[in-house]
Amino acid sequence: MEIFITAATGGAFIGLAAAGMLLVNGSIAGVSGIFGNALAGRPGLWRWSFLAGLIAAPLVAPLAKIDVPTPHHQAGLVTLAVAGLLVGIGTRLSGGCTSGHGVCGLSNLSPRSLVATGTFMFVAALTVYAVRHLGLPVRF
Amino acid sequence: MNASSFGRSLAVTMTSALFGLIFGLGLIVSHMVDPQRVTDFLDIAGTWNPALAFVMGGAIVVAAPAFAYTRRHRGSVLSGTVELPDRFRISARLVVGAALFGIGWGISGICPGPGLTLLTSFEPRALVFIAALAAGIRITDLATAAKPADQEDLATVPYPAD
Repeated sequence: MEIFITAATGGAFIGLAAAGMLLVNGSIAGVSGIFGNALAGRPGLWRWSFLAGLIAAPLVAPLAKIDVPTPHHQAGLVTLAVAGLLVGIGTRLSGGCTSGHGVCGLSNLSPRSLVATGTFMFVAALTVYAVRHLGLPVRF
Repeated sequence: MNASSFGRSLAVTMTSALFGLIFGLGLIVSHMVDPQRVTDFLDIAGTWNPALAFVMGGAIVVAAPAFAYTRRHRGSVLSGTVELPDRFRISARLVVGAALFGIGWGISGICPGPGLTLLTSFEPRALVFIAALAAGIRITDLATAAKPADQEDLATVPYPAD
């Protein structure tokens, strides 16, 4: 039960950040969009400061008595390089990731984001099935 | 840039840092930063753990009223008028992109937000993922900007999720 409460609480934090970015700054808290447009050199220091806050979170969490979970990776370095490329190309083509389409787009009642979210969830579930039950190698 | 617009962009920069931090803390509290928790959620035929559905649900419950308000009023405190992204354009590009993202997410258990937050785990894995993510984004931007005639809907895409 506790796991669902922490999941929903963490989700509420994410929703608060998305609501704040929209209401205060008029921007969409989609991480792939913010990261990509920062890399593309679009003017706006706010993108870099948002990313800095995101990256600093594990260093700040202990001050707020929040435990930082140990990451357990199924993927090796080569797989992670392939994964990063696919995630970069895919989110840029579709215009959003779990935050941009999944959180912000669904919150905005967007059919476009619903199609994107349904597609990446479904394909990710198929991919995990291939890894865990069909032996698709990811450890290298 | 006059004094008041400088003040406004300073305020936007500071509040964005705060919201980025809150976002990152949310990823930590919800364990989105553990790739195994993510793949457990995606493993419907095995160790399925529905907790991550509560992450998205919790986020949407809080954010949806803000989007409803903005659809109606189209304003923001610091940046004036807000143009929300197109909600209805469904293209092959959208679906193919989401599918490629799904494959990458499935093999790694990492999407862009948690990937960035994992950088401060100081593991080479996070660095490799983020370097490749940056490369994938730049390659896509350069490739799609080079031949707009091939995909006419590109011209109307302002900037992804921004």
